[in-house]
Amino acid sequence: MTDHAVDHRTAVAPTVEKDDHSEGMAYLESLPRRIVTLYIPLFIIVVILLFPFYWMALTSIKPDEQLIDMERFNPFWVIKPTFKHIQKLLFETNYPQWLWNTMYVAAASTLLSIIASVLAAYAIVRLRFRGAQTVGALIFMAYLVPPSILFIPLASVIQAYGLFDSPLSLILVYPTLLIPFSTWLLMGYFKTIPFELEECALIDGASRWQILVKIIIPLAVPGLISAFIFSFTLCWNEFIYALTFLQSTQNKTVPVAIVNEFVDGDIYKWGSLMAGALVGSLPLVILYAFFVEHYVSAMTGAVKE
Amino acid sequence: MTTIQTSMPGAGKVIPRSSAWDRLRINRNWLAMWFMLPAAAFLILFLAYPLFLGVWMSFTDDRIGRGGVFVGLENYEWLRDDSIFWLSVFNTLLYTIVASAIKFAVGLYLALLLNRHMPFKALIRAAVLIPFIVPTVLSAIAFWWIYDSQFSIISWSLIKMGLIDHNINFLGDSNWARGSVIFANIWRGVPFVAITLLAGLQTVSPSLYEAATLDGATSWQRFRFITYPLLTPIIAVVMTFSVLFTFTDFQLIWALTRGGPVNATHLMATLSYQRGILSGRLGEGAAIATAMIPFLLAAIAISWFGMQRRKWQQGTDND
Repeated sequence: MTDHAVDHRTAVAPTVEKDDHSEGMAYLESLPRRIVTLYIPLFIIVVILLFPFYWMALTSIKPDEQLIDMERFNPFWVIKPTFKHIQKLLFETNYPQWLWNTMYVAAASTLLSIIASVLAAYAIVRLRFRGAQTVGALIFMAYLVPPSILFIPLASVIQAYGLFDSPLSLILVYPTLLIPFSTWLLMGYFKTIPFELEECALIDGASRWQILVKIIIPLAVPGLISAFIFSFTLCWNEFIYALTFLQSTQNKTVPVAIVNEFVDGDIYKWGSLMAGALVGSLPLVILYAFFVEHYVSAMTGAVKE
Repeated sequence: MTTIQTSMPGAGKVIPRSSAWDRLRINRNWLAMWFMLPAAAFLILFLAYPLFLGVWMSFTDDRIGRGGVFVGLENYEWLRDDSIFWLSVFNTLLYTIVASAIKFAVGLYLALLLNRHMPFKALIRAAVLIPFIVPTVLSAIAFWWIYDSQFSIISWSLIKMGLIDHNINFLGDSNWARGSVIFANIWRGVPFVAITLLAGLQTVSPSLYEAATLDGATSWQRFRFITYPLLTPIIAVVMTFSVLFTFTDFQLIWALTRGGPVNATHLMATLSYQRGILSGRLGEGAAIATAMIPFLLAAIAISWFGMQRRKWQQGTDND
């Protein structure tokens, strides 16, 4: 709480009429104090958090001469925006291919991990087999093993399986990042589904598989959506495995291609570089705009459990 | 960590092989094993096994293209005398400690701000999370442009304001480069800390604050004696994740500086990539990566005790 001490007289004052639908003790604050303690700091933080995206978007539509001439043109704005950089990106580079690779790898590995996680989470929460608690704890620990210490041995494993420079290597490796997280998240969702539903189904002769498919999964749809979009975002974001396993230009994912293929020392590279970063981010931002609540519950759910 | 491999399939060892097909299908432990199989297969093949392989490789002189032989602690002896390795350890610790501390402070502050009533609350919360959604490398590229030595918008603004008279060489000077990557990391990490802590704050009942206010508590006392104790468990978990991911960060550095200038921003992860993959000395790279494990174990231990405390606070039946 950043507001300052509320003294006794105001604290014990009778409740005043609230015309702004505020709750609790909000009426104790005056507007000037709110501006200083809430709106100004919040405004500054939000501007800093969003500025790089504004700058990214602005650069990607700025004509070259305005990019490098900061004296005649105000750099914070653009005159006569151009789509040249985006057009160059989409029609003169492998960008559509990279975008497709990223999407394909992300979708395939997300799907694989969701299937594995649903089964695992159900077994841990509902089958209550021997050692279920231990397995749950181990899965949580697997979440804490970072890619940075695994990429070297994994590179030799991938090499040994003959999957080097193949998107399949990423599809098989990414679930190790996603399964621990999704399992943990789905365990939380499954716990909220009443046991009685399952007991009724068991009495009626349903098998465990039928219970899972016909009762549990339909009831856990919000959790599945959360797990799905969060996993998808993680895959899209992943860098070190993609950088290590993929060699040829046409197989790369967007993050790797942006870092390796655009950096050619050209003073005019910035327009297309920023366009590449912008176009690579947009799908996720759009997905995010539709599923904000699911993202937040995915993020906080895995932590709170 | 040795338990990962041994106890994963432990689910199914109770029933003897001779049992009937029906028992395989219906017995709870066998059934659970079938359900656990896909997840366990992925995690054992591509997580547990490489983890041990990595430790093993650090004791060999493996190179790309040829298998290595066991060389004992030679890689570690090399690293012990390698000033670049120690510089990377120093950089990693500096990066982790400074970035995590500021992320925590700013994240908690932002969470407290977002927890108050204001117009367009949902929209502001959604906007705050965007840096976390956009792929790190892509936002790092934007920072690369913001930190450009010639056309940096920060330099330009400061010159126009009359605060400096020549461009700041953000990524070319050692100390500026360290500061720049730390800032970019904080920028990326604050939303995660803020939004998760906000979720914790929302579970704190407002009536506690009202009661404390009636008893004459100042806003600092309300924070110190209500918010902070109730938030401790979630802070422990969030900060463990934050420290862990900052410590093992790779992509931000690789996109911004690749460890330069003169190794001033090399973290252990980037050094491990450079030695292991780019120079092809897998054994040495694996040794650097293995050297990170003790730090990770420390972070996991902290997380574990944080969770224990949470269970203790909420009673024992919370599992």
